[in-house]
Amino acid sequence: MKLYELTAHELHKKLVKKEISSVELTNALYKRIYEVEDKVNAYVTLDKEVALVQAAKVDKKLAAGEAIPTLAGIPGAIKDNISTLGLRTTCSSKILSNFVPIYDAHVIKKLRTDETIFLGKTNMDEFAMGSTTESSFFGATRNPWNLNRVPGGSSGGSAAAIAAGEAIWTLGSDTGGSIRQPAAFNGCVGIKPTYGRVSRFGCVAFASSLDQIGPITKDVTDAAIVLNTICGKDEQDATSLNVEVPDFTKALVPDVKGLRIGLPKEYFGAGIDQKVKAEIEKAVKKYQELGAEIVEISLPHTEYAVITYYIIAPAEASANLARFDGVRYGYRNMEATSTPEMVTLSRTEGFGAEVRRRIMLGTYVLSSGYYDAYYNKAMQIRTLIRRDFEEAFQKCDVILTPTSPVVAYPLDGKMDPLQIYMLDVTTIPVNMAGLPGISIPCGFADGMPVGMQLIGKILDEATILRAAYTFEQATEYHKVFAPLGGNNK
Amino acid sequence: MKVTEKDVKYIAQLSRLAVPQAELEIFTEQFNQILNYAEIMKKIDTTGIEPTPYVLPISNAFREDIVKPGVSHEAALQNAPAVEKDGFKVPRVIE
Amino acid sequence: MTKYITVIGLEVHAELKTKSKAFCSCSTEFGGVPNTHVCPVCLGMPGALPSLNKQVVEFAIRAGLALNCEIKVFNKFDRKNYFYPDLSKNYQISQYDKPICKHGHIDINLDGSEKRIGITRIHMEEDAGKLVHNGATISSSSSSSVDYNRAGVPLIEIVSEPDMRSAEEARAYLENLKAILEYIDVCDCKMQEGSLRCDANISIMPEGATKFGTRAEIKNLNSFRALVRAIDYEVERQKAVLEKGEEVVQETRTWDDTAGVTKSMRSKEEAHDYRYFAEPDLLPVELDEAWIERVRAELPELPAQRQARLMQDFGLPKYDASIIVATKAMAEYFDEAVKTTQDAKGIANWLLGDVSAYLNNEGITISEFNVTPAHLAELVNLTKEGVLSSKLAKKVFAEMLKADKAPKTFVKELGLEQVSDESAIIKLVEETLAENPQSVADFKAGKERAIGFLVGQIMKKSKGKANPEIVQKLLREALG
Repeated sequence: MKLYELTAHELHKKLVKKEISSVELTNALYKRIYEVEDKVNAYVTLDKEVALVQAAKVDKKLAAGEAIPTLAGIPGAIKDNISTLGLRTTCSSKILSNFVPIYDAHVIKKLRTDETIFLGKTNMDEFAMGSTTESSFFGATRNPWNLNRVPGGSSGGSAAAIAAGEAIWTLGSDTGGSIRQPAAFNGCVGIKPTYGRVSRFGCVAFASSLDQIGPITKDVTDAAIVLNTICGKDEQDATSLNVEVPDFTKALVPDVKGLRIGLPKEYFGAGIDQKVKAEIEKAVKKYQELGAEIVEISLPHTEYAVITYYIIAPAEASANLARFDGVRYGYRNMEATSTPEMVTLSRTEGFGAEVRRRIMLGTYVLSSGYYDAYYNKAMQIRTLIRRDFEEAFQKCDVILTPTSPVVAYPLDGKMDPLQIYMLDVTTIPVNMAGLPGISIPCGFADGMPVGMQLIGKILDEATILRAAYTFEQATEYHKVFAPLGGNNK
Repeated sequence: MKVTEKDVKYIAQLSRLAVPQAELEIFTEQFNQILNYAEIMKKIDTTGIEPTPYVLPISNAFREDIVKPGVSHEAALQNAPAVEKDGFKVPRVIE
Repeated sequence: MTKYITVIGLEVHAELKTKSKAFCSCSTEFGGVPNTHVCPVCLGMPGALPSLNKQVVEFAIRAGLALNCEIKVFNKFDRKNYFYPDLSKNYQISQYDKPICKHGHIDINLDGSEKRIGITRIHMEEDAGKLVHNGATISSSSSSSVDYNRAGVPLIEIVSEPDMRSAEEARAYLENLKAILEYIDVCDCKMQEGSLRCDANISIMPEGATKFGTRAEIKNLNSFRALVRAIDYEVERQKAVLEKGEEVVQETRTWDDTAGVTKSMRSKEEAHDYRYFAEPDLLPVELDEAWIERVRAELPELPAQRQARLMQDFGLPKYDASIIVATKAMAEYFDEAVKTTQDAKGIANWLLGDVSAYLNNEGITISEFNVTPAHLAELVNLTKEGVLSSKLAKKVFAEMLKADKAPKTFVKELGLEQVSDESAIIKLVEETLAENPQSVADFKAGKERAIGFLVGQIMKKSKGKANPEIVQKLLREALG
């Protein structure tokens, strides 16, 4: 097996046993990146020099016989909307194409403390607005399972990098499914923690009440390891929760006996690809075999999730993205003769079409005369969606759904924005309710990976990790590697 | 509710965005497509339902009133497109 | 000609005296090299998030209690969206529909009659940065520089009801408000430095009308004088508009202090659609009663209470007391001075008279006044004891302004304690001789000791101020 095909926990053992060095491992990853990157385009920026310096530091510690954290010396990559001091952070947008942050995100500080290696910054939909990674200013990322297909999004680069062996672990961010859906499309594990589990400080805000950082990895164990590092209260993020963070690796017990798994009927209705549905049903059977109890549940307001999301998220985004005005940083139109003109031209030229569309939509639903009909109404329906889950969790411990109703679809498809928005129906409600959700591989349809989503109660990542781990240990899907097939036009 | 090209222009101005004439029609159409879809919200009677601006039922995250060093003057201006008199230079403020 | 009623409401922004900014740990220190008290949060860097300074909430509660408000146990922050380069996020974190305080009031006293001015609300928000124009004015500058040192400094905005009917009432309200904010030590209230700022909503309506006229919002009123002048100007302007048969336009206007006129600010008008929504980056504030009650218990004496105390304990007239309590420093000066004199009214007279005149003339506040309260008290005592006439006391006071020494020192230095004027002393001599014929006879009979008695009598009459040698000389001359 190639080094880049291994998991973080496997590589950690090799480092500790001195079978490999971190420099060797880091070089192996860059070699792989150089081999496949022109096909995949998972990265916006690479940081090889710094990565190798950091790797050498870890090797020095190992040579001195010092104990190291599990992620020390293990090369990962960071979604390009997470602020990295001194390393360009673009949000895959022209407006930040030359922006070098002056501070580290909270999660980056934590990862640095654990002496991880940052290979570079991964590609994404511009400002995380999208589910295909096609809207990046730096070009679309391709799906390593079939280069003609989308990797999903918005954390498409982070997921594709894992599938293509271009990183051992990555960070993504999830506002309406942006970790889980690309994880599903790329046959990876991706978890969106409970809202507030991970500090958002330094994650460039899209929709503040929905955004959450989380890992994308090759298996459930690695997801638990990364979570252990990044979770925890941060005084600089008021919404981060002041609760104890358990050792998530302790939850990795292959046992679901008596676990009540709820199947929401609304997630299996019209719109779902029948082949995807079949794979999910197989997974459900598997859980039954493993001793779980399957219960049918209802989340009656599911049909409103997409529209409420496409009101709330753009509304918040319209304010969050107002700071990109060409005054303090980022792209500026230098010809303008007044500040209002400069700001308008900088934003118009600096943002792509989808971002501009969402900013305007968000501005509209908040504007005088429309606030109650759209924004406030959506916030009320959000309450109903939240209550649906509260009621469902009276009957079950975890909820199982397809991560996406479809597998990764072709690039440059003919779908209009609304059609694409509708596909987020399976992941959006989880953000609306602030719940933790994980996507793990559970089969294939048309040669593309199918992802299964497990949703947990607030702060109950442990149970979904246990359920995911149990399934993973009983199946082989996570061991299949992406072929990098299909032509790459 | 039907959004007109005039509405789109007004919203664009509030958003400090320009909509080129060529994009105006398609933007307006896409706007209406989404807002038509939003009509389904009318199916639910939400009278008396509290909105959810904060997803978790928590309050009171405070910081003590202690001064900590910020960033250096150089770092503050490091990404500035234009600098003058130790500040971020902008063209004429009013149109 | 129609008679009009003026309707005024004030919006006052007070910068809170916290050490660090509202939503980040940067210093709130005034001035400094541009962009040196800044961090990712107040610079609006991508990904930075606000975190609320607890002291801001504490100060807002204190202000609310001092201004007789209801403290809202549940309150929250909102984003007010508008683009302006001094606003680093292009939205201001403020409070919209659920502010921390509501329904307060201030009682003002004008020409002996009391009037209650309602306070609609008080909310917490952040200040913006500053624009430095490279030309003389905003419109003549082809470029400007933005300094974010002030960005994120905490403010409370105190919004009054439209209860004021004249510039004088507005002035009295603002003076009272300023005094209260000073007393409770939440704001240093330096209008010139901008730590206390005032906007006025002004409208007029014909006498007898039931509906208010269209109002104009006047900004940039950074002194009491500016407030009064701007209101007077604006009322006349609106009258002229109505007399011409035109309508007053609802708009924001700025006060030009040099020209003495209000000017329309059309550029600020274009987007009044602030699209407020709950700030998702901050949690709502839920106050517990214990917190509010602690702040209430710790509230210092307020101007109205202090005025009552000065009237009751020192028998000061209401007018005197109201002037003394109008600034915290003056009131403290008074309290210090009366520790060493029984004559409180004497202190009040000095403070309201020569001291105020001097301070006004010098353009300084009583905190910068160089005469100590103890010395002023001593001056009052010397006058009361008759050592100094009021005329001489003023002379001593003038010397004290030059160098603050004990008044007795000046009395000595200037020889003010002795009367050497012969014409004044001769009167005393004549009186004494007339009153003491036996002693005169004794002297003339050769009893030299009798002259000592007479000198003593004269000195007594002059309260010790007469020059003894002159007394001797004049006495001997008189006795022949």
